[in-house]
Amino acid sequence: MLTVNRYKCGYCGACVGVCPAAALELVETWIEVNEDCVGCGRCTKICPLGALELVKEAEAKT
Amino acid sequence: MKCDLVVVGAGPAGSMTAKAAAEAGLDVVMLEKRQEIGDPVRCAEGVSKAALKKLVEPDPVWISAEVKGARIRAPDGTEMVMSEDRAGAEVGYVLERKVFDRALAQKAAEAGAKVMVKTRALGLLHEKGVPSGISAAFVGESLKIEAPLIIGADGVESKVGRWAGIDTALKPKDIETCAQFLLQDDEIDDEYCEFYLGNDIAPGGYVWSFPKGHSLANVGIGVLGSKADSGMPIRLLREFVKKNFPEGKVLEMMVGGVPVSGPIETTVADGVILVGDAARQSDPITGGGIINAMRAGVMAGEIAADLVPKGELDKKSLQVYEKRWRETIGKSISRNFAVKEFFVDLTDDDLNRLTHSLDGVDVAELDLKGLLKVLLRQNPKLLLKLRHLIV
Repeated sequence: MLTVNRYKCGYCGACVGVCPAAALELVETWIEVNEDCVGCGRCTKICPLGALELVKEAEAKT
Repeated sequence: MKCDLVVVGAGPAGSMTAKAAAEAGLDVVMLEKRQEIGDPVRCAEGVSKAALKKLVEPDPVWISAEVKGARIRAPDGTEMVMSEDRAGAEVGYVLERKVFDRALAQKAAEAGAKVMVKTRALGLLHEKGVPSGISAAFVGESLKIEAPLIIGADGVESKVGRWAGIDTALKPKDIETCAQFLLQDDEIDDEYCEFYLGNDIAPGGYVWSFPKGHSLANVGIGVLGSKADSGMPIRLLREFVKKNFPEGKVLEMMVGGVPVSGPIETTVADGVILVGDAARQSDPITGGGIINAMRAGVMAGEIAADLVPKGELDKKSLQVYEKRWRETIGKSISRNFAVKEFFVDLTDDDLNRLTHSLDGVDVAELDLKGLLKVLLRQNPKLLLKLRHLIV
């Protein structure tokens, strides 16, 4: 699943622009990820600050 | 709430749309999801002086600096200087977007548009299957705004188009991922914009330094999405600054994505028009988007004022907007997209060779298009693929 490091995120919305599933939204300083995320990883590659990461479900919960 | 036109987004595209439509008599509501218009900035802030003057009277309160020209530096350090008015659309003023964007919104308000900040569009309302307004959250409270026409000026992260069935998702090769510092350094040249090329410096993009006056500059980087990996822009920018401005002090950090997709297939749907970055109208070579956004906004606002009273707002009727922008700003966007597609794959040797080929040519007498022409003449083999674009 997709995780957002909110301490790194510069809330620029570039990730929202490349999301093929329209699963991301930028609200002020907050990136929202909804259940439509397909885990394609496009957003993680283009994030200028490296704030987005795809992690395995089990790791994300810990 | 009811009105003639809802504009989503209060950047330069949205404010110019709202202003033009309100001046022509429409009842306009402009929504901005942020609580402050113009902040945070996601822009290098350069605009052509002449192009801007055609759209708005320049005001010193939102001009940080005026620049004489541009310097382009090849990977091996060879420099090429272009003078003011001839370096393409991005040399002239360096703006203070935080003030500029709000000033344009103020003009829209003065023209009669209602402006609502901290108001986020959540989706389209529909009546008989046709968009009939926007559902929104106004400071977290639900709000419905009924209008026969919705204009999406909601930037790189645009949702309005997607809600209307227009696929605006950018492929990695169609976005520049950017980072920028507002840098203080006595070494900064207050009179010239600088562009640094090279596959190690900025893969598929460039590094820029746009002076803001008093030894300040926006020093930033754009990396083509398809050549980027996670966090690359900020990493390469730090390396560049360490090497070129070792004493530089970072007063502000900015990030953003710039569409470089060229014209997308459609920018209208039933009851919906897209303008500015939402319509992917930024220039694929320079990444500049302000002027195109403002011009598209004026076109959309005027067309809205004409068609809303007639009730002609289906996709077919809105083709008049499609046609108008493609025949004006669309032409250079198309050409520059093709040029960009070619340039992003050049090696550093190619870039050096191109710059060296201008030795002895008076580059100060050229604009961007003229520069390409000379490059083509000096390098017919290397640039063979561009021949048909530059006549």
